[in-house]
Formats: sequence, C-alpha cells, structure tokens
Amino acid sequence: MTATLVEVHRAEEKARKTYFLFWVYLMTDLLMFAGLFAAFAVLRSNSFSGPTEKDIYQLPLVLAETFILLISSYTAGLAVYSANKGRLKTAQVLLYTTGVLGLSFLTLELTEFSHLISDGNGPSRSAFLSSYFSLVGTHGLHITVGLLWLVILLIFLAKRGLSESMIRKVTLFSMFWHFLDIVWIFIFSIVYLMGVSL
Amino acid sequence: MIDSLRVLVLGKLDWSALPHEWFTIGGTVALSGMLLTVIAMLTYFKRWKWLWKEWLTSTDPKRIGIMYIVIAGLMLFRGALDAMMIWIQQSLSLGESHGYLTGPHFQQIFTAHGDIMVFFATMGLLAGLMNLIVPLQIGARDLASPLLNTLGFWLYVGGAILINMFFVFGGEFAAVGWLAQTPLSELQYSPGTGVDYWIWSLQVSGLGSLFTGINFLATIIKMRAPGMTLLRMPAFTWATLCSSVIIITIFPILAITIAMLTLDRYLGTHFFTTTGGGNPMMYINLIWMWGHPEVYVLILPSYGVYSEIVATFSRKRTALYVSNVIGLLGVTAIAMLVWLHHFFTMGAGADVNAAFGISTEFIVLPTALLFASWLLTMFRGRIKLASPMFWFLAFVSTFTFGGLAGMLLAFPAADYQVHNSLFLVAHFHTQIVGGALFGIFAAITYWFPKFTGFKLNETLGKYAVALWLTGFFLAFLPLYILGFMGATRRLDHYTNPSWQPLFMVSVVGFLVLCTGALTQILQIVVSIVQRRQYRDATGDPWDGRTLEWSTPSPVPFYNFTSIPEVHSRDAFWEMKQSGQTAKKHYEDIEVPKNTPFGIYIAAAAFVFGFAMVWHMFLIAAIALVAALLCVIIRTFDEDTEYVLPASKVRELEKAREAA
Ligand code: HEM
Ligand SMILES: [Cu+2]
Repeated sequence: MTATLVEVHRAEEKARKTYFLFWVYLMTDLLMFAGLFAAFAVLRSNSFSGPTEKDIYQLPLVLAETFILLISSYTAGLAVYSANKGRLKTAQVLLYTTGVLGLSFLTLELTEFSHLISDGNGPSRSAFLSSYFSLVGTHGLHITVGLLWLVILLIFLAKRGLSESMIRKVTLFSMFWHFLDIVWIFIFSIVYLMGVSL
Repeated sequence: MIDSLRVLVLGKLDWSALPHEWFTIGGTVALSGMLLTVIAMLTYFKRWKWLWKEWLTSTDPKRIGIMYIVIAGLMLFRGALDAMMIWIQQSLSLGESHGYLTGPHFQQIFTAHGDIMVFFATMGLLAGLMNLIVPLQIGARDLASPLLNTLGFWLYVGGAILINMFFVFGGEFAAVGWLAQTPLSELQYSPGTGVDYWIWSLQVSGLGSLFTGINFLATIIKMRAPGMTLLRMPAFTWATLCSSVIIITIFPILAITIAMLTLDRYLGTHFFTTTGGGNPMMYINLIWMWGHPEVYVLILPSYGVYSEIVATFSRKRTALYVSNVIGLLGVTAIAMLVWLHHFFTMGAGADVNAAFGISTEFIVLPTALLFASWLLTMFRGRIKLASPMFWFLAFVSTFTFGGLAGMLLAFPAADYQVHNSLFLVAHFHTQIVGGALFGIFAAITYWFPKFTGFKLNETLGKYAVALWLTGFFLAFLPLYILGFMGATRRLDHYTNPSWQPLFMVSVVGFLVLCTGALTQILQIVVSIVQRRQYRDATGDPWDGRTLEWSTPSPVPFYNFTSIPEVHSRDAFWEMKQSGQTAKKHYEDIEVPKNTPFGIYIAAAAFVFGFAMVWHMFLIAAIALVAALLCVIIRTFDEDTEYVLPASKVRELEKAREAA
C-alpha cells in the first residue's frame, strides 16, 4: 500500500505533536532538577561535622565521567543522523556504543557512591550528603532509565527496522540523552567544580 | 523464617491496622457499601462490558471529562463531610466541653479536608471541564495525546482512592495540615502511616495533573483549527492555557519536594530534619513555590468561564479582549513570583518581606484588567440574566471581598497580626469557593445542554445561587471577625466564650450551603426527569459565540464532521452572521482507539503507592516493573487508531438528524 499525501501529512503532524509533548516533558524534568539544585545550594555547606565537599570529590574521576557522557551524546546524535539516512546497521552500532559508554559512566558513578557509603558517608550522614546523593543520584537514575530504554529500542530496531515510527523513537531517545548530558554539565560545574574551588 | 517472609511481603501491615474506631469502621462500611452497590448494580443490569468498553477505557475527552466530574463530585461530598465535622466540633468545644473529637482526630480531619478539596474536588472538576470544552472550542477532535489523557485521569483516581485507604488500612491520616509542613511531618514527629498516605496519594495524583497540564499545553498550541490564531482563541481556552503553563511549572517542584520528604522519612536523609544539618524552612519555601501558583491554577479557568458567560449573556463580543488576555498572562506571571507572602512571619527580614509584599499587591493590576473587560462587555449589552450570569454576579461580590482581604494579608506588618488566623481561612475560602467553585458551577450550568441535549431547570438554578451566596457570607463573614478577635486556624478547643456565637452563625451558614447543594442535586434530578421539556434540539441554546456551540448536542464522538475554518474571534457567531452554518461535508476521520493502558499503568502506580505506605518493598518493586512493562508494550503498539470513513460519518449524521 502506498502512502497517500493525506497519510504523509498526518504522520508528520503526529511526529510534530510527539516531539512537542516530549520537549515539554523534558522542561518539566528540568524543573525537577532545578528543585534538587536549589536544595543542594542551600544544604551544600551543612556537612554537620562530616566530610565537606573538598574532602570527597575526586575530580579526575568526574572528568572521565564527563568525557564519557559527552562522547555518548555525540554517538547518540550520529545515530539519529544515520537513522534518518536509512542506515540501519550504522545506527545500531552507534546506539550500542552509546549504551556501552552510558554503562561505563554509570559504573564509575556507582563506584564513587559505594566508596562513600562504605566509608560511612552515605546520604543520611549529613544534609550536604543527602542533597549531593539525591542530585547526582537522580541524574544517575535517569541514565539507568535511558539505558533500559536503549535496550528495548535496540530489540525493536532489530525486529522492525527503520520504520517512520522507529526513527521517531530513536530521535526521542537521543533528545533524552542530550538532555541528561546538559544536566550533567550543570552538575559538573555547579557541584564538582564549584565544590572544590569554593 | 515465616516472620521475615511476612515482613518481605506485608511490610508493616498487620491485624492492628484494620478498622477499630468508630470513624474508621464507619468509613470502611460506607466505602465497601458503595463498592458493593455499584458491583451489584452493574452485575444485575449486565453493564460490566458496557462500562469497560464505553467509559473506563475511553480516550474520548468528553467521556473522560464526565468521569472526572463524577469522581470530583464524590470527592466534593467527601470533603464537605470533613467540613461538617470541623464545624460541629468548633461550635461545641468551648471551655469545659471538648466537643466530640479528639485532638489528633480533629487534626486529621482538617488535613484531609484541605487536600481533598484542593487536589481531588477542585482540580478534578477543572480537569473535567477542560476535557469537555477545550477541544470543542479550538475545533479539534481530541487531545494531543489521548493516552496521556486517560492515564492522567486514572492516576487522579488512584490518588483519590489512596487518600481514602486509611479508613480501611491503618486508621490514621496525616495530622499535619494540608501541606504537611516540616519538621512536623518528619518521621520523628509523625511516625505513623498517615503522612505516608499523604505522600503517595499526592505523588500519584500530582503526576496525573502534570500529564494533563502537558497535554493541554500541547493541544492548544498544536491543534487549533486552521485560522484560529492565538488572539482568536476563546477566553476559556486562553485561561486553560495559562492554567496549564502554571501546572507544568509547579508540579515538578511539588513532586521533588515531596520526594525529598519521602527520602527523609524512608532513608533517613536530612533535607528538612531539625538534626543532621537539615533545613525545615527550605520545605516551607519549596512547598509554597508550588502552593501559591496552585491557587491560581484553580482560579484561572473560572476567570475564563466568566469571560465566556459575560459575553454570551450580554450578547456582545468580549470587550477589551486583548486586555483580558494580558490580564490572564499577567496573573500567570505574578502568581509564580510571590510565594513568600505565605510565611512573612518566618523572619526573612524586612527587605525580603517588603519585596514580596509589594509584588503580591501587583496582582491587582492584571485582575483589574479582567474586571474591566467583564464590566465593559456588559456595558450597553443586552444582558440576559440566566442562572450562569447569576453565578457570575455572586462571584463578583465574594471575590471582591476576598481579594481585598488578600491585599490586607499581603502587607507584612498587617499579616503579622492575622497570619494563620481565621481571617486567613476566610480569605482563601472566599477565593476558592466564591471564585473557583462558583465558576465551576456557572460552567456546569452553561455547558450542561451541550453534553446532554437538555438544559437545567432555571428556577432551581437561581435558588441555588441565592442559597450559596447567602450561606457563603453567613458561614465565612463570622470567620473574618473571629480572626480579628484572635481566633487562630485549626483550633479544636477554645476558652473565650465571646467566640461561640460567631461559630454558631457560621454553622448556620454551613447548613444554608448544604441546602444550596441539595437544591443543585434536585435541579439535576428534576431536569433529567423533565428532560423533554428542557430539550434543546438546536445545539445552541444560549445563542453562543464560540465553536463548541456549532456542534449538535449531545456532541458526537468525532466532534466535527469537518474541521471548521476560523476567520475571526467568536468564530461561530461570525458563521451565524454570515449564514455559513448550514454547509456540511464529510471526510474520513482518524479516531484514537480505546485503550486499557491508562487504567493498567495507574493501577500499578496505585499498588506501588499503597505498598510503599506499608513498606511492602517486594510488592512495590513488582508494581513498578508492571507499570514499566505496560509503558513499553503500549509505546511499541503501532495500532492505536482507526479510520472512520466519510460514508459512515454521513450515515451517523443522517441517523442523528432523523432521531
Ligand atoms: C487579590 C489577590 C490575592 C491576594 C493579594 C492574596 C494574598 C494572600 C496572602 C498574603 C496570603 C497569606 C496569608 C497568611 O498566611 O497570613 C494568602 C493565603 C492564601 N490565599 Fe490568597 N490572595 C489573593 C488571591 C487568592 C486567590 C485567587 C486564591 C485562590 C483561588 C487564594 C488562595 C489562598 C490560599 C489557599 C491561601 C492560604 C493557604 C494556607 O495558608 O493554608 N488567594 N493569600
Ligand atoms: Cu499566596
């Protein structure tokens, strides 16, 4: 069955609606992060005789995390490009790369967390650590959700190929991933960089 | 072994959680009685399938709107019962007498009252109205995402059930005030499950509100009929747009604030605790960053309703339309910037208090634009005093009163005297009842014929307005005075005998309000019984101006046979003037299929919330996985719509015309 002009038009319309909805959702997510950033700003110096920011941040590790996430964002972007060009294999490889990079990011972050917790500096140690874990952890939780999404996306890409609606889904995933990257840039500069220099 | 298994599955739940006090037994009996009656009726009349297929899984905004209004009506009744209990206690509990309620029980009642009225009665009614009206007003057939719409509705229902579950399991609700201010709501001071019910109920329904807000923004921005520019949109659509923008901005803040409180209570973090470096005042800030704009989420749609009604019943275009829109936008903007006026007494200092006091007072400017628009619309109009118009006039008198009280509260120095007094209670009830709720009643009267095909009885409608207005002033004027006399809010007992007469008057007012509500119920019953007499075959009973009146009543599920083209404001009026209404042509219509996934996902969210209340972490995890699975299955389902061919539309239309 060939698509009529009306059908093409409807599909475009649907895509525009979906992207718009997703954009608005991302903005609401951003506002939620804003709440966490605000709490962090208020509580960051309340270390309650526990470790302070300077004591626990390991910049080299965080820098590595940052680069890994930035590169994964780049590969996600390229995946959208290839998907739009109809290159299924390339898109899949790029998405796998994104996933591996995301997983390494998550591993590094969890290592950092588990060190802190095993040293007795878990989220209930002080208000500072509560807000630190929640802010960075919420980002990590988003990354986890993103990875889950990616797995499902790859399964369906293998099954269904690059249909109109699959391209849309790849694009949505990539928007989500870029968004997490942007939030991470804020975390990197406001939490870590400011934390060691203040 | 058995014991650790029990904890794994049932968490903190045990026999002692089952009802054993008069109010929990009463509540449980009432709730199960209602449930059993509904089940029995559905089975007897063999209506299960019909209910499931036609209503529960429906993606039609009109169906969803009606379901919202039914549930919200029930919750309004539930909240009114709480109000009655508060009123009776306060009129009795003087000196030696301590009334009939214990202190903690009284605290739970006023907490539940506030939450139910704001989150489940008013928000539900508004979401219902938006669903019913907005698509029709912008010439659309649906919302941007039908799935998000049913999901939002069912999350709202999930939250509504969750807030009543304490009757059956646990026996206590939060005793911390409707916003659960810290540190009182922390584990240290509120160790029971009451606050946890509060948390998960609001978290579930709040997510629903957020989805609804996102959906309406996208719908209004992306789905208007060709030619309907922003400045040709009907006022109610504008108001919904503004309300949605506020929802989208503040509900994420509510979610994260409650989440932080949750972490404090479940994982021992220190966001708002008094120990560990926590900052309880941060909670007050965050919750009012949500709380103040929220009151404008409630009032803005009613502003829109009044604009529609004033224009229709003055038989004129909305005067100063652009100012009206600027007024709505101004209210939206200012609403988000003035939250600190709820805690001037917290001690932020004179400069901060002055800044927020002054910015709060600025709300009069956009509000004045709205009033100017309404007044000038009526000026030299041919005013027809039908009952919606009476609701508008009642609103003007109450709202002016409450607004002036608000202006007074916004002077920090004056607020130190009356903060958290009954004066404050009177202020916000004037705004929410006399402003938002009257608007909703006006809207229901006005748009009722659109969805049923017959009007409501006018005489009873006018009696209802009179009773509500009288009852309102009788019930709340004494509270303004009591506030000045030093009565603080939330008192379960007092010792000053000169207060009692005023409390008594207030109770009388409450009784009058109840007769008002009964009159409305009677009005609906009478109108249904005599519906032949009130029938409106035209679809346009009030000589309306906006597109919803161009459709037949009741509206067919596809709304429009063909999408109208808009050339000016008041598009339908314009069509009537130029005689363009008769033309009709048929086209293929794409209709979203019904879907049970809204219910499934919301049910999982409900189970998750309930399990979290009782620390049943295993069940919570299962519910979460189930919700995720549903989301995945639905996202990859490509078959969510069907095409209704033009020939079929023609058939349906012919059948309707013949009937
Ligand atoms: C003229 C516009 C208004 C002004 C200047 C105003 C001002 C204020 C101020 C200063 C307070 C805090 C008083 C205190 O705690 O001592 C307050 C409380 C409140 N107002 Fe208004 N208000 C206005 C309109 C509204 C509207 C339209 C609504 C709702 C539709 C509303 C609902 C409330 C509520 C719910 C509270 C307090 C809730 C609580 O403390 O639990 N107000 N208002
Ligand atoms: Cu306020």
